[in-house]
Amino acid sequence: MSHQADAHAGGEHPEHLAHHFESVEQQFDTAKFGMWTFLLTEVMFFSVLFVAYAVYRANHADAFQFASQFLDTNLGAVNTVVLLLSSLTAAWAVRCAQLGNRKGIMINLAVTVLCACGFMGIKYEEYSHKYHEGLLWGGADHSIFKADPADVLDEVKHGHVEGELSIWEEHEIAKLQPEFKRQVGIFFGIYFCLTGLHGIHVLIGIGLMLWLLWRTSRNHFGPANFTAVDLGALYWHLVDLIWIFLFPLLYLIS
Amino acid sequence: MTDTHDTTHADDHGLGHVLPPKLLVGTFVALLVLTVLTVVTGKMNLFGFDLAVAMVIATVKASLVAMIFMHLRWDRPFNGLVFLISILFVGMFLAFAVVDVGAYQVDIKNYQIENPVELKEGAAAGGADAGH
Repeated sequence: MSHQADAHAGGEHPEHLAHHFESVEQQFDTAKFGMWTFLLTEVMFFSVLFVAYAVYRANHADAFQFASQFLDTNLGAVNTVVLLLSSLTAAWAVRCAQLGNRKGIMINLAVTVLCACGFMGIKYEEYSHKYHEGLLWGGADHSIFKADPADVLDEVKHGHVEGELSIWEEHEIAKLQPEFKRQVGIFFGIYFCLTGLHGIHVLIGIGLMLWLLWRTSRNHFGPANFTAVDLGALYWHLVDLIWIFLFPLLYLIS
Repeated sequence: MTDTHDTTHADDHGLGHVLPPKLLVGTFVALLVLTVLTVVTGKMNLFGFDLAVAMVIATVKASLVAMIFMHLRWDRPFNGLVFLISILFVGMFLAFAVVDVGAYQVDIKNYQIENPVELKEGAAAGGADAGH
Protein backbone atom coordinates (compact mmCIF):
# COMPACT_ATOMS: atom_id res chain seq x y z
CA MET A 1 0.00 0.00 0.00
CA SER A 2 2.78 2.39 0.86
CA HIS A 3 4.54 2.02 -2.46
CA GLN A 4 1.27 2.85 -4.19
CA ALA A 5 0.79 5.93 -2.10
CA ASP A 6 4.25 7.11 -3.13
CA ALA A 7 3.05 7.27 -6.69
CA HIS A 8 0.79 10.16 -5.81
CA ALA A 9 2.38 13.50 -6.28
CA GLY A 10 1.38 14.87 -2.89
CA GLY A 11 2.59 11.81 -1.06
CA GLU A 12 -0.55 12.06 1.07
CA HIS A 13 -3.32 9.64 0.19
CA PRO A 14 -6.85 11.10 0.19
CA GLU A 15 -9.21 9.03 2.29
CA HIS A 16 -11.64 7.93 -0.43
CA LEU A 17 -9.19 7.56 -3.29
CA ALA A 18 -8.89 4.05 -4.70
CA HIS A 19 -5.36 2.99 -5.51
CA HIS A 20 -5.84 2.63 -9.22
CA PHE A 21 -6.67 6.32 -9.68
CA GLU A 22 -4.26 9.20 -10.02
CA SER A 23 -6.42 11.72 -8.21
CA VAL A 24 -9.82 12.20 -6.60
CA GLU A 25 -10.87 14.18 -9.63
CA GLN A 26 -9.93 11.37 -12.02
CA GLN A 27 -11.81 8.91 -9.83
CA PHE A 28 -14.90 11.12 -9.85
CA ASP A 29 -14.76 11.68 -13.62
CA THR A 30 -14.35 7.96 -14.25
CA ALA A 31 -17.34 7.08 -12.07
CA LYS A 32 -19.42 9.72 -13.78
CA PHE A 33 -18.43 8.56 -17.25
CA GLY A 34 -19.36 5.02 -16.24
CA MET A 35 -22.75 6.23 -15.06
CA TRP A 36 -23.44 8.10 -18.28
CA THR A 37 -22.53 4.98 -20.25
CA PHE A 38 -25.01 3.04 -18.14
CA LEU A 39 -27.66 5.69 -18.77
CA LEU A 40 -26.98 5.28 -22.49
CA THR A 41 -27.85 1.59 -22.21
CA GLU A 42 -30.99 2.52 -20.26
CA VAL A 43 -32.12 4.86 -23.03
CA MET A 44 -31.51 2.06 -25.56
CA PHE A 45 -33.46 -0.32 -23.33
CA PHE A 46 -36.54 1.91 -23.32
CA SER A 47 -36.16 2.92 -26.96
CA VAL A 48 -37.30 -0.54 -28.08
CA LEU A 49 -40.68 -0.02 -26.45
CA PHE A 50 -40.91 3.51 -27.83
CA VAL A 51 -40.32 2.08 -31.31
CA ALA A 52 -43.09 -0.50 -30.74
CA TYR A 53 -45.31 2.38 -29.67
CA ALA A 54 -44.41 4.43 -32.78
CA VAL A 55 -45.06 1.55 -35.18
CA TYR A 56 -48.45 0.65 -33.70
CA ARG A 57 -49.55 4.25 -33.36
CA ALA A 58 -48.55 4.98 -36.97
CA ASN A 59 -50.65 2.05 -38.16
CA HIS A 60 -53.59 2.34 -35.77
CA ALA A 61 -53.84 6.00 -34.83
CA ASP A 62 -57.58 5.89 -34.12
CA ALA A 63 -57.32 2.80 -31.91
CA PHE A 64 -54.69 4.63 -29.83
CA GLN A 65 -56.87 7.71 -29.60
CA PHE A 66 -59.83 5.60 -28.52
CA ALA A 67 -57.78 3.69 -25.94
CA SER A 68 -56.22 6.82 -24.47
CA GLN A 69 -59.63 7.97 -23.15
CA PHE A 70 -59.45 5.16 -20.58
CA LEU A 71 -56.35 6.73 -19.01
CA ASP A 72 -56.91 9.38 -16.36
CA THR A 73 -55.09 12.51 -17.56
CA ASN A 74 -55.35 14.13 -14.12
CA LEU A 75 -53.66 11.21 -12.37
CA GLY A 76 -50.98 11.20 -15.06
CA ALA A 77 -50.42 14.94 -14.64
CA VAL A 78 -50.23 14.65 -10.85
CA ASN A 79 -47.68 11.87 -11.23
CA THR A 80 -45.65 14.06 -13.58
CA VAL A 81 -45.56 16.84 -10.98
CA VAL A 82 -44.67 14.36 -8.23
CA LEU A 83 -41.74 13.04 -10.27
CA LEU A 84 -40.56 16.55 -11.16
CA LEU A 85 -40.59 17.47 -7.47
CA SER A 86 -38.59 14.35 -6.63
CA SER A 87 -36.11 15.30 -9.34
CA LEU A 88 -35.71 18.73 -7.75
CA THR A 89 -35.02 17.22 -4.33
CA ALA A 90 -32.61 14.68 -5.84
CA ALA A 91 -30.65 17.52 -7.46
CA TRP A 92 -30.80 19.41 -4.17
CA ALA A 93 -29.47 16.42 -2.28
CA VAL A 94 -26.42 16.49 -4.57
CA ARG A 95 -25.96 20.20 -3.79
CA CYS A 96 -26.15 19.47 -0.06
CA ALA A 97 -23.65 16.63 -0.41
CA GLN A 98 -21.26 18.91 -2.29
CA LEU A 99 -21.53 21.47 0.49
CA GLY A 100 -21.21 18.87 3.23
CA ASN A 101 -24.70 19.54 4.61
CA ARG A 102 -25.62 16.12 5.96
CA LYS A 103 -29.04 17.10 7.30
CA GLY A 104 -29.85 18.63 3.91
CA ILE A 105 -29.00 15.38 2.12
CA MET A 106 -31.22 13.42 4.52
CA ILE A 107 -34.22 15.73 4.09
CA ASN A 108 -33.94 15.90 0.30
CA LEU A 109 -33.44 12.16 -0.12
CA ALA A 110 -36.39 11.49 2.21
CA VAL A 111 -38.65 13.77 0.15
CA THR A 112 -37.42 12.02 -3.01
CA VAL A 113 -38.34 8.63 -1.54
CA LEU A 114 -41.75 9.92 -0.42
CA CYS A 115 -42.47 11.30 -3.88
CA ALA A 116 -41.38 8.03 -5.46
CA CYS A 117 -43.73 6.12 -3.13
CA GLY A 118 -46.50 8.59 -3.98
CA PHE A 119 -45.88 7.96 -7.64
CA MET A 120 -46.13 4.21 -7.14
CA GLY A 121 -49.29 4.66 -5.03
CA ILE A 122 -51.01 6.55 -7.83
CA LYS A 123 -49.72 4.00 -10.33
CA TYR A 124 -51.20 1.21 -8.17
CA GLU A 125 -54.52 3.06 -8.11
CA GLU A 126 -54.48 3.29 -11.90
CA TYR A 127 -53.45 -0.33 -12.42
CA SER A 128 -56.06 -1.76 -10.03
CA HIS A 129 -58.78 0.33 -11.66
CA LYS A 130 -57.78 -1.02 -15.08
CA TYR A 131 -57.59 -4.55 -13.74
CA HIS A 132 -61.11 -4.43 -12.32
CA GLU A 133 -62.53 -2.87 -15.45
CA GLY A 134 -60.78 -5.42 -17.64
CA LEU A 135 -58.84 -2.70 -19.46
CA LEU A 136 -55.98 -5.06 -20.25
CA TRP A 137 -54.07 -6.39 -23.23
CA GLY A 138 -56.17 -8.58 -25.47
CA GLY A 139 -54.58 -11.84 -24.37
CA ALA A 140 -55.18 -11.26 -20.65
CA ASP A 141 -57.61 -13.62 -18.93
CA HIS A 142 -60.35 -11.11 -18.36
CA SER A 143 -59.58 -8.41 -20.84
CA ILE A 144 -62.62 -6.70 -22.32
CA PHE A 145 -60.69 -6.34 -25.54
CA LYS A 146 -61.09 -9.95 -26.52
CA ALA A 147 -61.97 -10.24 -30.17
CA ASP A 148 -65.32 -11.98 -29.62
CA PRO A 149 -68.01 -9.79 -27.99
CA ALA A 150 -69.55 -12.92 -26.46
CA ASP A 151 -66.30 -13.51 -24.56
CA VAL A 152 -66.44 -10.02 -23.10
CA LEU A 153 -70.01 -10.52 -21.89
CA ASP A 154 -68.89 -13.85 -20.45
CA GLU A 155 -66.30 -12.05 -18.35
CA VAL A 156 -68.94 -9.68 -17.02
CA LYS A 157 -71.36 -12.56 -16.35
CA HIS A 158 -68.76 -14.38 -14.29
CA GLY A 159 -68.00 -11.24 -12.36
CA HIS A 160 -64.42 -11.00 -13.58
CA VAL A 161 -65.08 -7.53 -14.87
CA GLU A 162 -67.05 -5.04 -12.83
CA GLY A 163 -70.33 -3.63 -14.08
CA GLU A 164 -73.91 -4.68 -14.72
CA LEU A 165 -74.43 -7.00 -17.64
CA SER A 166 -77.16 -4.78 -19.06
CA ILE A 167 -74.74 -1.86 -19.15
CA TRP A 168 -72.07 -3.93 -20.84
CA GLU A 169 -74.42 -5.22 -23.50
CA GLU A 170 -75.02 -1.61 -24.45
CA HIS A 171 -71.42 -0.58 -23.85
CA GLU A 172 -69.54 0.75 -26.81
CA ILE A 173 -66.68 -1.69 -26.24
CA ALA A 174 -69.01 -4.66 -26.64
CA LYS A 175 -70.06 -3.23 -29.99
CA LEU A 176 -66.60 -2.53 -31.36
CA GLN A 177 -65.36 -4.53 -34.29
CA PRO A 178 -63.10 -7.42 -33.30
CA GLU A 179 -60.16 -6.06 -35.28
CA PHE A 180 -60.46 -2.63 -33.65
CA LYS A 181 -60.68 -4.19 -30.22
CA ARG A 182 -57.56 -6.21 -30.94
CA GLN A 183 -55.75 -2.98 -31.74
CA VAL A 184 -56.98 -1.29 -28.55
CA GLY A 185 -55.76 -4.39 -26.71
CA ILE A 186 -52.32 -3.86 -28.26
CA PHE A 187 -52.33 -0.28 -26.98
CA PHE A 188 -52.87 -1.59 -23.47
CA GLY A 189 -50.13 -4.15 -23.99
CA ILE A 190 -47.72 -1.33 -24.87
CA TYR A 191 -49.10 0.82 -22.05
CA PHE A 192 -48.46 -1.85 -19.43
CA CYS A 193 -45.00 -2.69 -20.80
CA LEU A 194 -43.86 0.94 -20.89
CA THR A 195 -45.33 2.05 -17.54
CA GLY A 196 -44.46 -1.30 -15.96
CA LEU A 197 -40.81 -1.10 -16.99
CA HIS A 198 -40.76 2.51 -15.84
CA GLY A 199 -42.41 1.48 -12.55
CA ILE A 200 -39.72 -1.14 -11.96
CA HIS A 201 -37.15 1.62 -12.42
CA VAL A 202 -38.97 3.75 -9.85
CA LEU A 203 -38.90 0.83 -7.39
CA ILE A 204 -35.16 0.36 -7.98
CA GLY A 205 -34.77 4.12 -7.48
CA ILE A 206 -36.54 3.91 -4.12
CA GLY A 207 -34.13 1.18 -3.03
CA LEU A 208 -31.20 3.27 -4.25
CA MET A 209 -32.38 6.38 -2.36
CA LEU A 210 -32.90 4.37 0.83
CA TRP A 211 -29.38 2.98 0.50
CA LEU A 212 -28.04 6.53 0.04
CA LEU A 213 -30.07 7.65 3.09
CA TRP A 214 -28.53 4.86 5.15
CA ARG A 215 -25.03 5.79 3.99
CA THR A 216 -25.70 9.46 4.71
CA SER A 217 -26.83 8.59 8.22
CA ARG A 218 -23.47 6.88 8.68
CA ASN A 219 -21.76 10.05 7.55
CA HIS A 220 -20.29 8.55 4.40
CA PHE A 221 -20.62 11.63 2.23
CA GLY A 222 -18.95 15.00 2.13
CA PRO A 223 -17.59 17.60 -0.28
CA ALA A 224 -14.71 15.30 -1.20
CA ASN A 225 -16.83 12.20 -1.52
CA PHE A 226 -20.33 12.56 -2.90
CA THR A 227 -20.03 10.41 -6.02
CA ALA A 228 -22.70 7.91 -4.92
CA VAL A 229 -25.25 10.67 -4.27
CA ASP A 230 -24.42 12.29 -7.60
CA LEU A 231 -24.76 9.06 -9.57
CA GLY A 232 -27.93 8.03 -7.72
CA ALA A 233 -29.46 11.39 -8.61
CA LEU A 234 -28.42 10.94 -12.25
CA TYR A 235 -30.28 7.63 -12.33
CA TRP A 236 -33.33 9.24 -10.76
CA HIS A 237 -33.32 12.10 -13.27
CA LEU A 238 -33.31 9.57 -16.11
CA VAL A 239 -36.39 7.88 -14.65
CA ASP A 240 -37.99 11.33 -14.62
CA LEU A 241 -36.84 12.01 -18.20
CA ILE A 242 -38.52 8.88 -19.47
CA TRP A 243 -41.79 9.74 -17.73
CA ILE A 244 -41.67 13.22 -19.31
CA PHE A 245 -42.07 11.47 -22.67
CA LEU A 246 -44.42 8.71 -21.49
CA PHE A 247 -47.00 11.11 -20.09
CA PRO A 248 -47.98 12.94 -23.32
CA LEU A 249 -47.50 9.81 -25.46
CA LEU A 250 -49.89 7.67 -23.42
CA TYR A 251 -52.28 10.04 -21.68
CA LEU A 252 -52.62 12.90 -24.13
CA ILE A 253 -53.60 11.37 -27.46
CA SER A 254 -56.15 13.60 -29.11
CA MET B 1 -20.28 29.11 -5.33
CA THR B 2 -16.85 27.59 -4.98
CA ASP B 3 -16.24 29.76 -1.93
CA THR B 4 -18.78 27.71 -0.01
CA HIS B 5 -16.69 24.61 -0.57
CA ASP B 6 -14.75 23.02 2.18
CA THR B 7 -11.26 24.27 1.31
CA THR B 8 -9.30 21.96 3.55
CA HIS B 9 -8.67 19.66 0.60
CA ALA B 10 -6.58 21.41 -1.99
CA ASP B 11 -7.27 18.95 -4.78
CA ASP B 12 -11.03 18.55 -4.75
CA HIS B 13 -12.21 21.99 -5.84
CA GLY B 14 -12.87 20.68 -9.33
CA LEU B 15 -15.41 18.03 -8.26
CA GLY B 16 -18.60 18.95 -10.02
CA HIS B 17 -20.59 22.14 -10.13
CA VAL B 18 -22.80 23.22 -7.24
CA LEU B 19 -26.26 24.28 -8.36
CA PRO B 20 -27.50 27.47 -6.67
CA PRO B 21 -30.97 27.19 -5.06
CA LYS B 22 -32.41 29.87 -7.33
CA LEU B 23 -31.50 27.87 -10.43
CA LEU B 24 -32.86 24.64 -8.90
CA VAL B 25 -36.22 26.17 -8.02
CA GLY B 26 -36.35 28.16 -11.26
CA THR B 27 -35.85 24.99 -13.30
CA PHE B 28 -38.53 23.20 -11.30
CA VAL B 29 -41.02 26.04 -11.86
CA ALA B 30 -40.22 26.07 -15.59
CA LEU B 31 -40.86 22.30 -15.69
CA LEU B 32 -44.21 22.76 -13.91
CA VAL B 33 -45.27 25.49 -16.35
CA LEU B 34 -44.33 23.26 -19.29
CA THR B 35 -46.31 20.38 -17.76
CA VAL B 36 -49.41 22.60 -17.54
CA LEU B 37 -48.75 23.72 -21.12
CA THR B 38 -48.54 20.14 -22.38
CA VAL B 39 -51.83 19.21 -20.64
CA VAL B 40 -53.60 22.30 -22.02
CA THR B 41 -52.31 21.84 -25.58
CA GLY B 42 -52.98 18.12 -25.32
CA LYS B 43 -56.68 18.82 -24.80
CA MET B 44 -56.88 21.30 -27.66
CA ASN B 45 -57.34 20.47 -31.31
CA LEU B 46 -54.12 21.54 -32.97
CA PHE B 47 -55.03 20.38 -36.45
CA GLY B 48 -52.74 17.41 -36.67
CA PHE B 49 -49.80 19.04 -34.91
CA ASP B 50 -50.78 17.68 -31.48
CA LEU B 51 -48.08 15.04 -31.39
CA ALA B 52 -45.40 17.42 -32.72
CA VAL B 53 -46.28 20.08 -30.14
CA ALA B 54 -46.35 17.53 -27.30
CA MET B 55 -42.95 16.15 -28.37
CA VAL B 56 -41.40 19.63 -28.65
CA ILE B 57 -42.57 20.48 -25.12
CA ALA B 58 -41.34 17.12 -23.79
CA THR B 59 -37.96 17.68 -25.47
CA VAL B 60 -37.62 21.13 -23.90
CA LYS B 61 -38.49 19.64 -20.49
CA ALA B 62 -36.02 16.80 -20.99
CA SER B 63 -33.31 19.28 -22.00
CA LEU B 64 -33.90 21.31 -18.83
CA VAL B 65 -33.57 18.18 -16.69
CA ALA B 66 -30.48 16.96 -18.55
CA MET B 67 -28.66 20.30 -18.78
CA ILE B 68 -29.37 21.60 -15.29
CA PHE B 69 -30.50 18.86 -12.88
CA MET B 70 -28.07 16.39 -14.45
CA HIS B 71 -25.32 19.04 -14.59
CA LEU B 72 -24.56 18.40 -18.26
CA ARG B 73 -24.06 22.12 -18.88
CA TRP B 74 -21.09 22.16 -16.52
CA ASP B 75 -20.02 18.57 -16.93
CA ARG B 76 -17.25 17.15 -19.09
CA PRO B 77 -18.47 17.51 -22.70
CA PHE B 78 -17.72 13.84 -23.28
CA ASN B 79 -20.53 12.81 -20.91
CA GLY B 80 -22.92 15.00 -22.89
CA LEU B 81 -21.64 13.36 -26.07
CA VAL B 82 -22.43 9.91 -24.65
CA PHE B 83 -25.97 11.05 -23.87
CA LEU B 84 -26.34 12.64 -27.33
CA ILE B 85 -25.22 9.39 -28.94
CA SER B 86 -27.96 7.51 -27.08
CA ILE B 87 -30.55 9.99 -28.37
CA LEU B 88 -29.07 9.72 -31.86
CA PHE B 89 -29.58 5.94 -31.72
CA VAL B 90 -33.18 6.34 -30.55
CA GLY B 91 -33.75 8.68 -33.50
CA MET B 92 -32.18 6.14 -35.81
CA PHE B 93 -34.31 3.27 -34.50
CA LEU B 94 -37.46 5.38 -34.83
CA ALA B 95 -36.53 6.59 -38.32
CA PHE B 96 -35.92 3.06 -39.59
CA ALA B 97 -39.14 1.84 -38.00
CA VAL B 98 -41.17 4.68 -39.52
CA VAL B 99 -39.64 4.08 -42.96
CA ASP B 100 -40.52 0.40 -42.57
CA VAL B 101 -44.11 1.21 -41.60
CA GLY B 102 -44.37 3.44 -44.66
CA ALA B 103 -42.99 0.73 -46.93
CA TYR B 104 -45.62 -1.78 -45.81
CA GLN B 105 -48.64 0.52 -46.09
CA VAL B 106 -49.65 -0.97 -49.44
CA ASP B 107 -49.64 -4.49 -47.99
CA ILE B 108 -51.63 -3.35 -44.95
CA LYS B 109 -54.26 -1.68 -47.17
CA ASN B 110 -54.50 -4.81 -49.33
CA TYR B 111 -54.89 -6.98 -46.24
CA GLN B 112 -57.69 -4.79 -44.99
CA ILE B 113 -59.45 -4.97 -48.36
CA GLU B 114 -59.05 -8.75 -48.55
CA ASN B 115 -60.14 -9.25 -44.92
CA PRO B 116 -62.99 -6.82 -44.42
CA VAL B 117 -64.24 -6.50 -40.87
CA GLU B 118 -67.98 -6.83 -40.43
CA LEU B 119 -69.42 -3.66 -39.04
CA LYS B 120 -71.82 -4.17 -36.20
CA GLU B 121 -74.62 -1.77 -35.52
CA GLY B 122 -73.60 1.30 -33.61
CA ALA B 123 -69.92 0.60 -33.98
CA ALA B 124 -69.29 4.24 -34.75
CA ALA B 125 -66.39 4.54 -32.36
CA GLY B 126 -64.48 1.80 -34.09
CA GLY B 127 -65.58 2.46 -37.63
CA ALA B 128 -62.94 4.97 -38.54
CA ASP B 129 -60.27 2.57 -39.71
CA ALA B 130 -62.53 0.00 -41.29
CA GLY B 131 -61.53 -1.34 -44.66
CA HIS B 132 -64.19 0.51 -46.59
